[in-house]
Amino acid sequence: MNLSARRIRGIFRKELRDYRRNVPVIVSMAYLPLIFLIQPIVVIFKVDSSTAQIISHAPVLLYMLAIPALTPAMVAAYAVIGERQQGTLEPVLTTPIRREELLLGKAMAALVPSVAVSYTVFAVFVLVVDIFAAHGIAAALIQGPQLLAQLVFTPLLAAASIWIGIAISTRSNDVRSAQAFSLLATIPLAVPTALMAFKVIPATLGIALGFAAVLVLADGLGWRFVSAMFDRERLITGTR
Amino acid sequence: MQTQPQPVPPHNTTSPALSVERLSKRFGDRIAFDDVSFEVGPGEVFGFLGPNGAGKTTTVRTLGTLIAPTSGLATVAGIPLTPENGLEIRRRIAIMPESPGLYLRLSVKENLECFADLYETPKPNDRIRAALQAVNLVDRASDICGSLSKGLRQRVALARALLSDPEVLFLDEPTAGLDPAAAHEVHDLIDTLRRGGVTIFLTTHRLEEAERLCDRVAILNTTLRTIGPPKELRDRLFGKALVIRTVQPLTDPGDVLVGVPAVESWRQDEDGTYILVVSDVAAAAPAITRALVAAGADVLSISESRHSLEDVYLKLIDQDGETDPK
Ligand SMILES: Nc1ncnc2c1ncn2[C@@H]1O[C@H](COP(=O)(O)OP(=O)(O)OP(=O)(O)O)[C@@H](O)[C@H]1O
Ligand SMILES: [Mg+2]
Repeated sequence: MNLSARRIRGIFRKELRDYRRNVPVIVSMAYLPLIFLIQPIVVIFKVDSSTAQIISHAPVLLYMLAIPALTPAMVAAYAVIGERQQGTLEPVLTTPIRREELLLGKAMAALVPSVAVSYTVFAVFVLVVDIFAAHGIAAALIQGPQLLAQLVFTPLLAAASIWIGIAISTRSNDVRSAQAFSLLATIPLAVPTALMAFKVIPATLGIALGFAAVLVLADGLGWRFVSAMFDRERLITGTR
Repeated sequence: MQTQPQPVPPHNTTSPALSVERLSKRFGDRIAFDDVSFEVGPGEVFGFLGPNGAGKTTTVRTLGTLIAPTSGLATVAGIPLTPENGLEIRRRIAIMPESPGLYLRLSVKENLECFADLYETPKPNDRIRAALQAVNLVDRASDICGSLSKGLRQRVALARALLSDPEVLFLDEPTAGLDPAAAHEVHDLIDTLRRGGVTIFLTTHRLEEAERLCDRVAILNTTLRTIGPPKELRDRLFGKALVIRTVQPLTDPGDVLVGVPAVESWRQDEDGTYILVVSDVAAAAPAITRALVAAGADVLSISESRHSLEDVYLKLIDQDGETDPK
């Protein structure tokens, strides 16, 4: 199958232009990260230097990976059902676009802002901690391997989250329920890193690599799977 | 991943642009259209008429590869309608759907840019400009679509359908909701496209539109009721007739009218006009005039009876009283 880079780019560019001006999408992209940013900042300000000792033994920051695990699905949930409700899906499907191209363009358009938001929130958090937290806290929190994990896992988790969101979107009949289901369905993605953050499972390099491998595989299969689920006729007529 | 320009075989001007054979579509046990057969020649403007729920949109969607037929065969732009050929067919056609479906938060130009990419149009900026020129929208290119009136949105959708230079253009009620002047502009555009050799499949409720634009029309009401050039349909259904007005009623019309060449029968309407069913208008009219003058009648007018396509339509749709099959 020869995919057309130009068609994928066409969808990608259109989606970004649309998202920029779509307030509900911006809100759904922003509000989870804000909760995840404010809550730990409040906590960090309450703790004093004596806590540093405890924190330094747990990869607490991995908990921030819940942002790329949960947020992108909220945007992706909009991808298919949003267009269907606006009545813009039919004209797109009359063009020679393949469903794989359409879905990849949409997934990439959800990925770019989600990853940007996740990195930004993380950077702001680290900065705030570095500048304002009590003595020793910053050094204990911010550890090299965790920064690397943040960098690598953010796009991998975001992509998985997006395929879940799009899969739900192709099957939904309205945007709100698609978003609600997507949030529920992506919670398992946030579990492994949260368990590591709270030392329920050890944060070893082997486990991290294994988790990364699983995510890479899931991201690839997600594209295939969602493409197979995408049924032009049902999306146009609402039957079957 | 790569962009691969597909070789397009030279356009065959003798084979039909659309050929449909016993095509049917059901949604569960509801029949959208049934046993429909017709052919549309290359460069023809073909009108598809029918009441609400007749199956026009479903036919367009089926031929446009958006939904699969339940049974029957079709070729679209020379390619057999099968699930595998969907992409190849969609490359050669364009559909303007019933509702424009524009991205309302994007500008006119941004909407067209997206579709130029989807069709992999070469020189997109030139084509977008040409399409906007064709629908007279160049100066609105940077307007956000959500701020446009219904008629302007319709025109953007039309420009979008022109981007890819399609062989077959499906227009699903392109003038629905347009004011007469705007509809007239669309008609002119269709005329221009016809001269450019584009095959046009036009669904409409507006009979005068079909009559003006279409080489042939089909009347659908779940099943195909009739098909042919508008004039031929009128003649076939109503026969040819002459309408005669005189200043004073004829004293003995039977005496004057019977036996005139090419006149088959006559009757008198309530308003005093005489209606003559004739086999040949050109032969009957002069003969009648001479007969009337010879009988000393003062003739006010002799004209050919003009049954409109609307008369044909209403008569056919009314047949077997089945306007809604559900
Ligand atoms: N998705 C669908 N599910 C079930 N029935 C459908 C669906 N789409 C169309 N139909 C039925 O098929 C028939 C034909 O509908 P269609 O929309 O093709 O008519 P139309 O001729 O385009 O009407 P209009 O002039 O109102 O646009 C109708 O009875 C309609 O209810
Ligand atoms: Mg319709």
